[in-house]
Amino acid sequence: MQTPTLFALLLLLILVAYGTGFSRAVAAARTSGGLRKLASLPSYYGLHTALWCGLPALLLLGTWLAFDDAIIRALVMNGIADKPDTIAGQNLLYAQVQNLAAGHLFGEASPQVQAAAARFTELRNGSRNLQAALSLILAIGLGAFTVLRFSPQLRAREKVEKVLRGVLIACACAAIFTTVGILLSVLFESLRFFQAVPITEFLFGLHWSPQMALRADQVGSSGAFGAVPLFTGTLMVSAIAMFVAVPVGLMSAIYLAEYASKRVRTFAKPVIEILAGVPTVVYGFFAALTVAPFIRDLATSMGLQASSESALAAGLVMGIMIIPFVSSLSDDVINAVPQSLRDGALGLGSTKSETVRKVVIPAALPGIVGGVLLAVSRAIGETMIVVMAAGLAANLTTNPLESVTTVTVQIVTLLVGDQEFDSPKTLAAFALGLMLFLSTLVLNFIALHVVKKYREQYD
Amino acid sequence: MNTMTLDAAGQAEPVQPKAVEQDTVGTQTKVRETVGKPFCDSAKLRMRNVNVFYGEAQAIHDVSLDIGRNEVVAMIGPSGCGKSTFLRCLNRMNDTIEGCRVEGELSLDDEPIYGAKVDVVPLRARVGMVFQKPNPFPKSIYDNVAYGPKIHGIASRRAELDEIVENSLRRAGLWNEVKDRLDKPGTGLSGGQQQRLCIARAIAVSPEVILMDEPCSALDPIATARIEELIDELRENYTIAIVTHSMQQAARVSQRTAYFHLGHLVEVNDTETVFTNPQHELTEAYITGRFG
Repeated sequence: MQTPTLFALLLLLILVAYGTGFSRAVAAARTSGGLRKLASLPSYYGLHTALWCGLPALLLLGTWLAFDDAIIRALVMNGIADKPDTIAGQNLLYAQVQNLAAGHLFGEASPQVQAAAARFTELRNGSRNLQAALSLILAIGLGAFTVLRFSPQLRAREKVEKVLRGVLIACACAAIFTTVGILLSVLFESLRFFQAVPITEFLFGLHWSPQMALRADQVGSSGAFGAVPLFTGTLMVSAIAMFVAVPVGLMSAIYLAEYASKRVRTFAKPVIEILAGVPTVVYGFFAALTVAPFIRDLATSMGLQASSESALAAGLVMGIMIIPFVSSLSDDVINAVPQSLRDGALGLGSTKSETVRKVVIPAALPGIVGGVLLAVSRAIGETMIVVMAAGLAANLTTNPLESVTTVTVQIVTLLVGDQEFDSPKTLAAFALGLMLFLSTLVLNFIALHVVKKYREQYD
Repeated sequence: MNTMTLDAAGQAEPVQPKAVEQDTVGTQTKVRETVGKPFCDSAKLRMRNVNVFYGEAQAIHDVSLDIGRNEVVAMIGPSGCGKSTFLRCLNRMNDTIEGCRVEGELSLDDEPIYGAKVDVVPLRARVGMVFQKPNPFPKSIYDNVAYGPKIHGIASRRAELDEIVENSLRRAGLWNEVKDRLDKPGTGLSGGQQQRLCIARAIAVSPEVILMDEPCSALDPIATARIEELIDELRENYTIAIVTHSMQQAARVSQRTAYFHLGHLVEVNDTETVFTNPQHELTEAYITGRFG
């Protein structure tokens, strides 16, 4: 039986189990005198039966599907007498067997492969039948057992809630495991990279030129993997962005929260938040086609040298992109400052601006700092604008009019197109990713900590 | 609502307010008028025919009242009767509420409180306020008290500021408790200490009038007693208007008591008179606990 059919069948069984459990409980309630005589509501008896029917069977099916390919492969490969020594060769052979079994292989296949393919088909069909039979038997058996064991004293609700709690925990764990999984996958690739390139060279090297020689005698083949120019580039672009976003965002938040009338506020807040909805690619166009040439012309007219792709252009546009982050978060935080503090300050004869500057903003500062740090991690991770507007040249410079490159941009260029995944050039992307991941993780951690501390202050 | 009748006869000094409002409910016409002694000779604050509106709703109806120098006037009345709204008119704190409109003549030392030419900032420096909930700024104890003098430029040198802070804290009866931890946050004090800190903060700008909006409602009896004692001491130098829900408190701290009912000022009299021999039946009903 095909797996999708089996799933459908199991689903049907679960529905039937729910219905049976439910009606059984309703019937019991009728004969014993009302729902109050039952330990739980009928729907919980239904759910209880459905869970016993479905959960073990689905778990069995899941485990089976996870492991049957590996087991079949081991069995098939053991049956082949002379197989290649290398893993790659074995993979190739097994792929041949699978293709033949599926009828995709054209041309002659050796008798050895043909025999293996026959065995593969036989094993796979056997496995599928067994899996269908076992899970159906399990579902029907446990479902029927639960229905038979029904009694009005059974505390179905408690059992169902226990399972539900398990489901909730599993969902919460999914996010954590994903983070751990991402970290591990990046970490292992990075370790491979650090076997080829010393970690000190990566962290402290001043030249970035991720080339690997195809031949030993190739000209200009020496790759340089010093990540310092990338991190300074990232820092510079992010700093320019924050230089734009923090004052503008904060001041617009202050205006919205403290000065704007209700009508202006209901209109202006969504409009500012539209900025956050613009795709970053569109910001990239804007930066590359409008802002960067404008900056170059402006610099030229002032007698300065400017590249047509500059850190300044990318940083400015990125800053505009981040404004709604800063303003929206700060607005919320400023609004959360109790009115009693404003009243206190005004009651002492403060002007509106003194109240805002000396009381409201200091009170909201931890929250604002948290919001700004979240915006910084957003700026560090931003890619598209920088790809389009800042260029690819890994210049180690402090001049914002020159083109720079950032960590994210290099990751993109290293991995775009066909790449071999065992050369240091490609693996360097993972090492960069790891560094980026760690730095934004630390920033987020600090930001959340600061925001949390702020919340405690007024609750 | 009880029918109010015009009955000012039999009072020792019947001072008739000029404010008479015609209020028509159905076909019956009722005359409302404040009973007792709303006016005094040496008035610090003078309010005449004050009406306050929140949008369309009228919160205060034609209230006229004087608050004399070095006098504590208590304002009592059931919740929602407008006593806090009235108090907030005196330093224009109602300006911060959108849609709030104040009509009538209000003056401080015969200078108008409302008007296009009046700057609200110096006014609020002269008329300080203590709020229902202690609201220390999230700053150190020292900075809380020094805030007002700093923004008004009262003290320029650190030594002067230190002196003001110490004096204010002493006057508020808090100095001995906090003198060793002036740099600790004001929010870390207990509720009663926080409220005294707020009083110290208000005193630090040397106001002439202090408005107190239920200053003890969030405090325990011991802290309340401490603040009441303080109010009595402050009366020597300041004029105080206090809104309170506790009639015992009004009786303990005030010289005159004003009874508000649904936005009307029903009766003003010497505190002793109000609590022993109320002139108006509504006042009597309230202080004897028949409603409120």
